[in-house]
Amino acid sequence: MTTAVAAAGVGTATRAGVEVRLENLKRRYAGVTALDGVNLTMAPGELVALLGPSGCGKTTALRLVAGLEQADSGRVVVGGEDVTGQPTNKRDVGMVFQAYSLFPHMTAWQNVAFGLQMRKVDAARRRTRAGEMLELVGLSGYADRFAHQLSGGQQQRVALARALAIQPKVLLLDEPLSALDAKVRARLRDEIRRVQLEVGITTLFVTHDQEEALAIADRVGVMHSGRIEQLGPPTTIYSRPATPFVAEFVGLTNRLAGVVGGGEVEVRGARLPLVQPDAAEGPAIALVRPEAVTFASGGETAAGPLVGTVIAVAFLGATSRVTVDLGDVTILAQLPTSEASAHPAGTRVRLTLRPDPVLIAHDEKAGPA
Amino acid sequence: MSRDRRLKLQVFRVVVFLVFGAFFLVPIGAMFEFSTRGSTDNAPRTLAAWQTIFQTPDLVAAILASLALAVITSVGMLLLLVPTMIWVRLRLPRLNRVVEFLCLLPLTIPAIVLVAGLAPEYRWLSINVSESIFTLAFVYLVLVLPYTYRTLHTGLAAIDVKTLSEAARSLGAGWPVVMGRIIVPNMWSALLNACLLSVAVVLGEFTIANLLNYENLQVAIYLVGKANGGVSIAVAVASLMFAFILLVILSFFGRPRSRVARQPDELAGFGRQLGGGLR
Amino acid sequence: MTVAAKPLVETAGRPLRGGRRFSLDWLGAVPFLAYVGIFLLLPTAIAVGGSFVGPHGLTLSNLTAMNKSYIVAAFVHSVVLSAASAVLGAALGAVLAYAIATGNPNGVLRRLVTSACGVLAQFGGVTLAFAFLATIGLAGFVTLWLQQRGINIYANGIWLYELSGLVLVYTYFQIPLMVLVFLPALDGIRPQWREATESLGGGTWHYWRYVAGPLLAPAFFGGMLLLFANAFSAYATAAALISQGSIIASLLIANTLTSEVGLAQPGLASALALVMVVIVAVVMVLYTQLQGRTSKWLQ
Repeated sequence: MTTAVAAAGVGTATRAGVEVRLENLKRRYAGVTALDGVNLTMAPGELVALLGPSGCGKTTALRLVAGLEQADSGRVVVGGEDVTGQPTNKRDVGMVFQAYSLFPHMTAWQNVAFGLQMRKVDAARRRTRAGEMLELVGLSGYADRFAHQLSGGQQQRVALARALAIQPKVLLLDEPLSALDAKVRARLRDEIRRVQLEVGITTLFVTHDQEEALAIADRVGVMHSGRIEQLGPPTTIYSRPATPFVAEFVGLTNRLAGVVGGGEVEVRGARLPLVQPDAAEGPAIALVRPEAVTFASGGETAAGPLVGTVIAVAFLGATSRVTVDLGDVTILAQLPTSEASAHPAGTRVRLTLRPDPVLIAHDEKAGPA
Repeated sequence: MSRDRRLKLQVFRVVVFLVFGAFFLVPIGAMFEFSTRGSTDNAPRTLAAWQTIFQTPDLVAAILASLALAVITSVGMLLLLVPTMIWVRLRLPRLNRVVEFLCLLPLTIPAIVLVAGLAPEYRWLSINVSESIFTLAFVYLVLVLPYTYRTLHTGLAAIDVKTLSEAARSLGAGWPVVMGRIIVPNMWSALLNACLLSVAVVLGEFTIANLLNYENLQVAIYLVGKANGGVSIAVAVASLMFAFILLVILSFFGRPRSRVARQPDELAGFGRQLGGGLR
Repeated sequence: MTVAAKPLVETAGRPLRGGRRFSLDWLGAVPFLAYVGIFLLLPTAIAVGGSFVGPHGLTLSNLTAMNKSYIVAAFVHSVVLSAASAVLGAALGAVLAYAIATGNPNGVLRRLVTSACGVLAQFGGVTLAFAFLATIGLAGFVTLWLQQRGINIYANGIWLYELSGLVLVYTYFQIPLMVLVFLPALDGIRPQWREATESLGGGTWHYWRYVAGPLLAPAFFGGMLLLFANAFSAYATAAALISQGSIIASLLIANTLTSEVGLAQPGLASALALVMVVIVAVVMVLYTQLQGRTSKWLQ
C-alpha cells in the first residue's frame, strides 16, 4: 500500500531517480554459492524489496550494489554507468545498515552531515542541509543528541537522513527494521516509504519479513539459494506464487493431497483451477491458502472429505485462524472473526474451498505448511 | 573489504607479529641460553644449572613456600570475596560501589607505599602470631583483589543471581544451600579464573616479600642470582612458563567472543585493572 | 499487629511496618570491610600519615625536608621514566593490539598472544631484570653476539643500569599491558562504521581521521595514563637491575625505609610515599574518566 506523499515545504532538492541494473551477478565464497546469476532491472524511483530467508543471497546482492563486496562475474549498472569495479566511496550510494551504524562520538546532525563533509561542503551549508534532512525524517528537535540518547527507531531515522543527505543515486537498505520492536517497525517502514516517495530515489530494500516487503514495495523479488525465484508486484507474489517456495515463504499455505487431471486438480472432493494449467497429470500436492478455506453454510457434518472438528481458534484481531482436524490431515482456515467465533473449538464443521487457482508441488508431505 | 586492502592487512599483521615476537621471545630465549651455558667459554651446553635448583635448599624452600602461599591466598580470597559479593549483590546493593572501590584501591596504592605501612603491622604479627612466611598471605589477598574482583563480578553478572536465589528460597532452601549449591556451581569458570590469576600474582610478587624480609620465590631468585646467575635464571624461566601455561588454561575458560562482543573479555578486563605494585 | 520475635535468619533486614529496625544484613559485609581495613587502609594510613608526624607531634617538617636535590631528582627521573615508557609502550602496544584485533576473535593465535600478554604484563621484577641481563647484559647473549661482529653497545658507558636502560626494560611489560587494555576498545569498533564511512564517500584516511581515531583516542590516552601509573609505582625491576643508589622514587622510598638515615627519620619515607600516592591517584582518576568515555562509545 502506498502512502500519500507528505506536504511539500521541505527542501528536498533531489536528483531524479536513476535506473539500476543487476546483470547476471555471481558470487561464491568458501565453497558456498551466495549468488547464482541474479538479474534485476529497477526503474527510476522504484522501491524493490528483496525478500528471502537467511542465506538466500539478498544481503550479498545489496552489498554488491554498494561495492562492499566484489562479484565473481556479472555487472552492476547505475544510471547507465558500469560501476562494477568501483570502490564503495566512489559510487554514489546511500546505505542504511541493520544496526549500530551511527558514529557514537557525533551528534545526530554531525552524523547526517558527515557525507557532506567528505564532499568538502562548507560548515554552514552542511548544518543547514543536515537540519533539512532531519526534518524530512521527522527528527527536527533531535539534532544535538548522540546515538545512545536515541531510541532504536530514531537511530534508524538518523541513519536514513544521513544516507540521503548526499543525494545518492540509489538508496540501499539492509534489513533496517529487523533490530526494532514490532510496533516501531510498522511505523518506521511507512516512514521509509513516505520519504522514499517524496525524494523519488531508486531504492533496494532487503528483508526477511514478508509483511514488510509486501506492505511497501513496488515490486518484490523473492530469493532462494542465490536466485530470484519470482519478481513482481506484491499482490501477484501473494496470490499467484510462481513456485512452491514462494507460495510457502509468502503467507501461509495448506498442503493437500490431490489428483491433477484435465487442467484442474481434484482436492478432497473439490475441483480447483490451476495456476499452471499444463502441470503433470496424476497425484500431486495442492497449495491452498487459508483464506480460500471457509465454513460451508448448512450441509452434512456427519462425514465427508472436508468435514472435521475445530481444534483451535487463534484470535488475530479482525481475522482469526482456525485449525480444523479432518482426520487424516489438519487444515488452516483464515476467516473474519465474527464467523470464526460461531464455531469454537470442539464443534464439527464442513469446509469449502474457494475456486482460486492453486499451485502444485511434487514433494511428499501433506499438511499445513 | 577489497582484496587489495585485505592483502595489505595480512602483510602488516605478519610483519608486526614477527617483529614483536622477536622482541619478546629473544630475552626469554636468552634466559634459556644463559641457564644452559657450560662452565667455560667453549664447554658444551649443560642442564647443570637446572639440576642445581633441586640441590639448593633455599631455592626449593622458597619455591614450595610460594606455591603454598599461592594456594592459601586463592582459598582465602574465595572464602572472603565470594560470600561477600553474593551477599552484597542480593541484600546490600548500596554497598556495591563501596566494595568495588575498595577492591580496585590496591591498584592506586603502590606496593612500595603499602609496605611502608605494613612494616609495623608485620612486626606485631611476627611477635604475637607467627614469624612464618605464610603470614604474607594476609597482604597477598589484598593484592589480588582488583583482578579477582573483576573476574568474579563478571561471573556473577552472567548468572541472574537474584532470580536463582529467589527461586531456591521459594523452594525452601536456606542461605548456605543457596550459596553453596545453587550459585557457586554456576560460577565454576569465574572461580577457577580468579584462582589462576591469584596464583600468577602471588608467584610474581617481589616488593613486599623483599622489604618485609621474607624469602619467597622471587626474592630467592634475586638472592641466588647474586651468586649463581645460571641457576636463578633457570628458576625464573620455569616460573614464567608455569604462569604462561596457567593463563593459557584460563583463556580456554573464557566465553567465545564475536567481533562485536558485548561481554567484557575476562582477561582484558583483568588487564584493564592492572596497575602498579608488582614490578 | 503483634511483634513476635522472629528467627534472625528469616527476617533479617525486613523492617516492621511503621517502624525502623536495624538491618542485620550489614553483618554480612563486616568480615570483608574489616579485613580490607586492617590490611589495606590501615597500612596506607600509616604509610602516608606518618608524613605529618614528627618527633614532637604533628608537623609539616617532613614535607619541607623533601626539598633536597637528590629527592627532587629521583621524582623527576621517575616522571621521565614513566612518561617515556608510557608513550613508547602505548604506541607500540596499540600497533600490536591492532594486529591482534584484526584476526580471528576465537582463534588460537589470539588466545596465545593474549595469554602471553597477561603473563608478560605481570612479568616485572626480578625475572624481567634477569632476562634483560641475560640478553643485553655485559655477558648477555646479544651483547656477545654483537661483540663477535665488532659492535660494542657499551662503548659509551653501561646504559643498561641507567635511566635509558630502565626505559627499554620497562617497555617489556608496558607493551603487553597496553595490549590488554586497548584490545577491548578495538573490539568495540563495529565494522558498520567503516562501511558507512565508505558509503558516504570517505576513504581510509577519512575513516581514521574522523571516525576511528576520535573514537579510540580516549582508550589510547587512558591506556597511556595507566602505563604511566604502572611505571611510576614499579619497584622490583629497578631494584633487581640497580643494586646501588636511588635514581627513581620507588628505589628512594625503599632505601629510605631500610637505611640508617631513614630509620632516624621515619617521617621522610612517609612523606615520599605520600607524594607517590598523590601522583598515582591523580593519574588513575584521569584514567577512570577516559575509561567512562570509552565504554559509552565502544560497548
